[in-house]
Amino acid sequence: MKASVIVFPGSNCDRDVQVALGQSLRRQPDMVWHGEAEIPETDLIVVPGGFSYGDYLRSGAMAAQSPVMRDVVAKAKKGVPVLGICNGFQVLTECGLLPGALMRNAGLKFVCKDVHLSVEETESVFTGGYEKGQVIRIPIAHHDGNYYADDETLDRLEGDGLVAFSYCASDGGPADGSTNGANPNGSARNIAGILSDTRTVLGMMPHPERLSDPALGGNDGRVLFDHLVKALG
Amino acid sequence: MKAKVHVTLKKGVLDPQGKAVENALSALGFGGVSGVRQGKYIELELTETDPEKAQGQVEEMCRKLLANMVIEDYAIDIAEG
Repeated sequence: MKASVIVFPGSNCDRDVQVALGQSLRRQPDMVWHGEAEIPETDLIVVPGGFSYGDYLRSGAMAAQSPVMRDVVAKAKKGVPVLGICNGFQVLTECGLLPGALMRNAGLKFVCKDVHLSVEETESVFTGGYEKGQVIRIPIAHHDGNYYADDETLDRLEGDGLVAFSYCASDGGPADGSTNGANPNGSARNIAGILSDTRTVLGMMPHPERLSDPALGGNDGRVLFDHLVKALG
Repeated sequence: MKAKVHVTLKKGVLDPQGKAVENALSALGFGGVSGVRQGKYIELELTETDPEKAQGQVEEMCRKLLANMVIEDYAIDIAEG
């Protein structure tokens, strides 16, 4: 199985993804520079976190117009799975592979901490390794993670089982912004990650690659990468 | 030709940054201020000399890059210069 990790000027989580994915894959993923017009044949594309183009204009806006993203979109349309993490999620909404937009955190602050997520949907190559309703702990680090979409889109995402992860309390209880502060950024419907209609594209704000090693505090992220390799390998 | 573009949040999209500015103005003693919303202003110089074509070009730029059509509106002003 081959995997590719896209690198933009300003991406800074590409190396963590390389390590986490490489651990599950048992080989190095290809690191693909944004200037490349074509990605070599691959079974999985990861768009990593960071500050591509310094978040200038809007987070992910210019990265979404990079030569490489044209090929990512083309390959995604052919069914190649694409995982967007944090800035990667922002890029995927900007290029239209996922609906909605990521806006400035409701509290206006950059939030960097572990959060709890409820795995809402396990019918996908990304989330199949978890149990439905499982509560996992994954770090977030973002300023613009506030997921927004109109009510019609939100209803459709929820109705069609396309919400992959939602922010929740540590006991799995629903995030209720004001009382338990489990929603760190004001995302609509507590959405932390969503799937495309085809369930072959996942965008998520939390960083699974940052919790894929017990020595670094936990393994909940590893399940995602292990399952991807199992499903696509 | 010179193009002036205003990119603003769509009505109904919450603007916590605008709210923060509103609060800061109030703290400074400016009463009676409400509904503060923050947007972006972008200036462009175009070699195109036909105003209609220039308008079309900038509209496409807005739709493709300058504005996020999910959450933002744009307004374009084209002038000689």
